[in-house]
Amino acid sequence: MAYTVSRPKLTFWEKMYLPQVVGGLVITMRHLVNMLAGKTKVVMQYPEEKPDAHLPPYYRGAPALVKDEKGRERCVACQLCEFICPPRAIRIKPAELPATSQWAKVEKFPDQFDIDMTRCIYCGMCEEVCPEQAIFLRKDYAITGFSRDQMVHDKTKLYEIGGTLEGLVFKWNPLK
Amino acid sequence: MDIFNSIDWYLILTSLAKTVVVLGIILTMVSYTVYAERRVSALIQDRLGPNRVGFPLTLLGAKKDFSPFLGGLGQPIADAVKLLIKEDFTPAHVNKFYYWIAPALGIGAVIVSLAVIPFGSSFLGDKMVIADVNIGPLFIFAFSSLGVYGIVLAGWSANSKYSFLGGIRSSSQMISYELALGLSVIPLFLILRTLNLSDIVDYQIKNGWLLIPFTNGSLDLRKIILWIPIFISFVVFTISMFAETNRLPFDLPEAEQELVGGYHTEYSSMKFALFFLGEYAAMIAGSSLIVTLFLGGWHCPFIPDGAGNGGLDVLHALPDWFWGLVNIAVFFTKVALLLLFFIWVRWTLPRFRYDQLMRLGWIFFFEIALVNVFIAAFILALYPN
Repeated sequence: MAYTVSRPKLTFWEKMYLPQVVGGLVITMRHLVNMLAGKTKVVMQYPEEKPDAHLPPYYRGAPALVKDEKGRERCVACQLCEFICPPRAIRIKPAELPATSQWAKVEKFPDQFDIDMTRCIYCGMCEEVCPEQAIFLRKDYAITGFSRDQMVHDKTKLYEIGGTLEGLVFKWNPLK
Repeated sequence: MDIFNSIDWYLILTSLAKTVVVLGIILTMVSYTVYAERRVSALIQDRLGPNRVGFPLTLLGAKKDFSPFLGGLGQPIADAVKLLIKEDFTPAHVNKFYYWIAPALGIGAVIVSLAVIPFGSSFLGDKMVIADVNIGPLFIFAFSSLGVYGIVLAGWSANSKYSFLGGIRSSSQMISYELALGLSVIPLFLILRTLNLSDIVDYQIKNGWLLIPFTNGSLDLRKIILWIPIFISFVVFTISMFAETNRLPFDLPEAEQELVGGYHTEYSSMKFALFFLGEYAAMIAGSSLIVTLFLGGWHCPFIPDGAGNGGLDVLHALPDWFWGLVNIAVFFTKVALLLLFFIWVRWTLPRFRYDQLMRLGWIFFFEIALVNVFIAAFILALYPN
């Protein structure tokens, strides 16, 4: 269906065009002067200034593994995150805990846990699916490396990024 | 041996020296105009623009690059190096001869037109103009029209629809606006009674700059009335110059949204760079012409010229050659300010539609310039001197 766009009614000076051009020039010059005077502050000079302080609490950065307050691995190598991961960035090699271990009832732990950061899309599904709250998306965003190998985060690196997280973890609960 | 004796070696050597110096200044100016364009556009849009490129000391083994005071002034050098070492690719479907000749035509014509601009008074007794011809503005108009060939050939030989449309647009635009460009300065020549650009500058030193007539310290009725047609021709000439150099708001030949890159879509590396340089060199040539015709050329009140004439008496304490250099600096400062104005306008106005562009050229500027000739002639008939 055809519809009409209502054109604004122009005054005489607006129709003369040149005064309006001058008005536009004044506006752009004001922006330039404000920038030069430092009144406008929009740009963040990245490597020197960082947005870390302004990141929202729900920011999804690099995924990382966390330990509990006693330094125990939370991950039980159930591989749910490996299965849910849309770009298949996660590779887990599970291993069995020895029967002599105090925590033998947990049964499994990840022998190897690799996240390929060239594949990761920071969707946060691993965090969402984890029954043990062992994997979290941290606020690290500057993930760099000189080779593809360096872009694969192994277990040590993941725990280094993740650190410890206190709070309830089901598997350590003796009553369960 | 007669031939050798008859050759004016002094003329040849000084002309060569001046050519080298002017080319050097212009090419440096072109690259830094591109830099200024990027910085000013960024500031206007509340960004910062390229502010980091300094000396890459890390390449030489140092821990950190040096850039704080340069603030990105190394950017044009980096850009030039990038363009030079990029692959120079010639597509298989182009008409090779014209494809290769077009960029050279584009920049060559512009640079030749700079030869007649007086860029300084005199330096060590030699006039600071490469070719002091009696048809200065005509020479420039002729060569800036030759620049169309570069664009048309580029658009046609590249065998691509975008290039072709860009070439067509550019040529029709330049042809339309050349009319207004040429007509708008006729009132000036009626007043100046000369086409020699050096004489035009001399006239402006004696009688005040055409656009700012009180620079010689006097103002009478004739000057004030004559200022009206001069101002009209200044406005028409400047706007036509925007169109002639394909600058926004008249940059239809390279409207990115419609034509990818315009007439140079199929060009890469140094051949593209030549078009790019040519475009900015045309801006500089246009600004130089505006400065020479309307804004007193290299003249600045209170500053003596290179032969020790004019200016404040106090300033004659310094040697004449020093003031000769100052005059050159004054000229290029004026040109640079005008270039900044070009950039300022570009980042303010949106692009015209094609029919609006043609309407403006043929229906408004052509007629205004034509009527302006009669106004000037009428005033001159009333006030012959």
